[in-house]
Amino acid sequence: MRYLPHTDEDIRTMFDAIGVKDFEELFITVPESCRYDKEMALPLPKTEWALNKYMAEIRTMMKVTPEHTVLIGAGRYQHNIPSSIPSIMGRSELLTAYTPYQPEMAQGTLQGLFEYQTLTARLLGVDVANASMYDGASALAEALLMGLRIGKRKKRVAMSAAIHPHFREVVRTYFHPIEFEIIELPFLEDGRTDFSSLVDENGLAAVALQSPNFFGVVEEMEAAAEAIHQAGALFVAGFSEPLAFGLLKNPGEAGADIVCGEGQSFGMPESFGGPGLGMFGCKQKYVRNLPGRLVGETTDLDGNRGYVLTLATREQHIRRGKATSNICSNQGICTLTAAMYMASLGGTGLRKLARLNYDRSEYLKQGLEEAGASVCFSSPTFNEFVVEFKDDFRPVQKRLMEQKIVAGLDLAKYYPGFDNRYLFCVTETASKEILDTVISEVKK
Amino acid sequence: MKNGPGRSGLIMDEPLLWEKGKKGRNGMSIPESDIPAALLADELCGEGPDFPDLSEGEVVRHYTRLSQWNFGVDTGMYPLGSCTMKYNPKINEKHAAAEEITSAHPLLDDEYCQGTLRIIYELQNFLAEITGLDAVSLQPAAGAHGELAGMLIFDAYHQNKGKKRSKILMPDTAHGTNPASAALCGYKPVEIKSGERGILDVEQIRELMDEETAGIMITNPNTLGLFEENIREIAEIVHEKGGLVYGDGANMNAIMGIVDLKACGVDVLHLNLHKTFSTPHGGGGPGAGPVCVVDELQKYLPSPRVEFDGSTYSQVEDPASIGRMHGFHGNYGVLVKAFCYILTMGAEYLKKASQYAVLNASYVKVKLKDHLHLAYDRPCMHEAVFSDKNQQKNHVSTLDIAKRLMDYGYHPPTIYFPLVVPGAIMIEPTETESLEELDTFIDVVKMIVKEAETDPELLHNSPSRFKVKRLDETQAARNPCLCG
Repeated sequence: MRYLPHTDEDIRTMFDAIGVKDFEELFITVPESCRYDKEMALPLPKTEWALNKYMAEIRTMMKVTPEHTVLIGAGRYQHNIPSSIPSIMGRSELLTAYTPYQPEMAQGTLQGLFEYQTLTARLLGVDVANASMYDGASALAEALLMGLRIGKRKKRVAMSAAIHPHFREVVRTYFHPIEFEIIELPFLEDGRTDFSSLVDENGLAAVALQSPNFFGVVEEMEAAAEAIHQAGALFVAGFSEPLAFGLLKNPGEAGADIVCGEGQSFGMPESFGGPGLGMFGCKQKYVRNLPGRLVGETTDLDGNRGYVLTLATREQHIRRGKATSNICSNQGICTLTAAMYMASLGGTGLRKLARLNYDRSEYLKQGLEEAGASVCFSSPTFNEFVVEFKDDFRPVQKRLMEQKIVAGLDLAKYYPGFDNRYLFCVTETASKEILDTVISEVKK
Repeated sequence: MKNGPGRSGLIMDEPLLWEKGKKGRNGMSIPESDIPAALLADELCGEGPDFPDLSEGEVVRHYTRLSQWNFGVDTGMYPLGSCTMKYNPKINEKHAAAEEITSAHPLLDDEYCQGTLRIIYELQNFLAEITGLDAVSLQPAAGAHGELAGMLIFDAYHQNKGKKRSKILMPDTAHGTNPASAALCGYKPVEIKSGERGILDVEQIRELMDEETAGIMITNPNTLGLFEENIREIAEIVHEKGGLVYGDGANMNAIMGIVDLKACGVDVLHLNLHKTFSTPHGGGGPGAGPVCVVDELQKYLPSPRVEFDGSTYSQVEDPASIGRMHGFHGNYGVLVKAFCYILTMGAEYLKKASQYAVLNASYVKVKLKDHLHLAYDRPCMHEAVFSDKNQQKNHVSTLDIAKRLMDYGYHPPTIYFPLVVPGAIMIEPTETESLEELDTFIDVVKMIVKEAETDPELLHNSPSRFKVKRLDETQAARNPCLCG
């Protein structure tokens, strides 16, 4: 077995040194009653070549292939990834390292994370960003828990119904065993969150919304900040498409206290939903309440600049049951990947790409409207939008699938009354030709 | 310095990203727009972030240089206790990066993604078989996330029985994530002191377990590298009082094909695929922390899970489920790598991996115990815990020993954990290190022990062969600079 270097001779040498005669004696402390009393029923070991065959067969079972254009976003986006990124991300010194507990031998990871934190803070308009959470959904749950920690005795949080349904589900999972109440804020006809029910009360710790929201709608962030702060709560601003901030105002600038969202768009493929990363930041005054790892700058014995994990007294390995979160492993290499992507695009490229995404999605939105569909929400959108079709859209969807286009996400299972409403996503990967095909199939 | 691979110093300097570049450069191609620009209200527009503009070559060189300041398991032995830094097979990376997998959108209807669902289904079954438990969810994104899923299952179970419980038993050797995960569910951890032999004492559990206590969290083998021999009896006591037993599977690498967790009385267990199942840790993640349960608890597992009716794989949600833990299916790419690992190893080599992991740790323990103080001189499993007790007379600490090891080209062991051993040095060689590698490592440690007596200052000033010397962690925490 190529991963196991032990020869029979090595094993005998080691048995002798230890003073045991066989493996049975090596495991002498495992009582008979705890033993695995049979062989594990697993497939026989495969050679590399047999594994390749097995995996190739599984790949043929995918009806949606890499040749398809996927016009579905909803938290997972199809973007171009330059070859330079998997190449540098795959450098094994970065990929096969553990968490940088020994900073002198992990300066690559640590400087890379410090750069990620800085670029992310600039992107989101916050003072501090951490070194990542698992994903956008768990980051939202952690942000609301952080809001409750800051709010001390407060017992309630609110979130917009226009936040990604899966993200809201994860929040409910996290909150289920604890004595806090979650209020859901409805959305208006224009697709934006309705804050009219928010009143000034002492019990509300934090209010979360997502912008662009699940419908692609850009929320009125300044107005939201005002309403939320007037209600005495912290403003948690979520997102699932960070590319939007290449073009739109960032959430920190608009007054958000905590900003969190999914960062998969920055250099990671869809990969059936993971891995991506949870981007997470806040205002400076809340930094001691932040969950997750932080990298800070320091100096060495000679006064040279270097980087270490810091403010660990917030974390589980020091504070145990009183930590700001239970998170230990985060998304590591995905965090560096996001930084590599931000560095590759640069400020100029990010703006250009965001603009291209906006223009292309507007093109399809208009085209579908002209083809007879109605745009459900009048507010401006980024990348994604919802349309309602007069007739059953499924036959059209099927025809498009035959042309290798995955067109739209049926929203009926996410929102009651959303029959025949579909969420479309358009990125730079969808050419004009593809979009014209969708429009003409709808017209037929 | 005669031994060890740490002899060369090809170290380039490299500034921070924003200290490089010029406005107007770009590092990736962006399609030209073939569509008219659409209108966008000015009040929504921002300035765009202040990012540096770099060419593709500049970006690649930047990260290549950064990577050269790093040490991975491909670079050398990484005996970081409780982290199972084994070799990460390259073929697994290739399959996780296959375009059919990476281009799969997680919200495709089941009929369009049978391949990705099949991998989930088969891996669920493999992990059930390996642990001896009955059902598995692959959704948790890391070990601590799996622990949280487990604690949520505890809570759902007790609430379903009609009464929420308020406490949980927690050995003092537990990973910090255990009490932190339990606290997220509102449980108050009740600490259990390790007995004289470094394992749990049945009488203490009998005394502390009551009907207010949800159960116990046990790491087995524990973080001292010892098998919790009384686990069955402990489980019986906990079950008698209506509690559940949580198994922290961080140390699963010692017991594959050797221990049946269900027979041990474990009800819920998480695995760390980035430890036992060889997926690279990426300098902090992504990991994967599948949660495995006995039949009775299956309905509470995170949803959706994948089922197979003999012809079609489908996603199912149980109404009793604790719900979603992750936006989609967890760290799917990591699951693919672990899946490939299990297919390559099969039952035979998984069991051998565990046997050799224990063999390697036992060998290092025996060879070093006359040089470093051994906390518990008993048969160990996959790791052995030493301390700096013998070196204190020379004012040399565990930290000094760890830093000196770097100069010889080894990643240090886990230090100052578990907390019950002051100045702990926790060594987990893993099964993928050869006898020669272990012998060299052992010689290096012996040499450092000698240096500690003859030249303590040398250790205080180490490491000395890296881009930076010893870093001031106190200063970093006192005046945090988290953003450039």
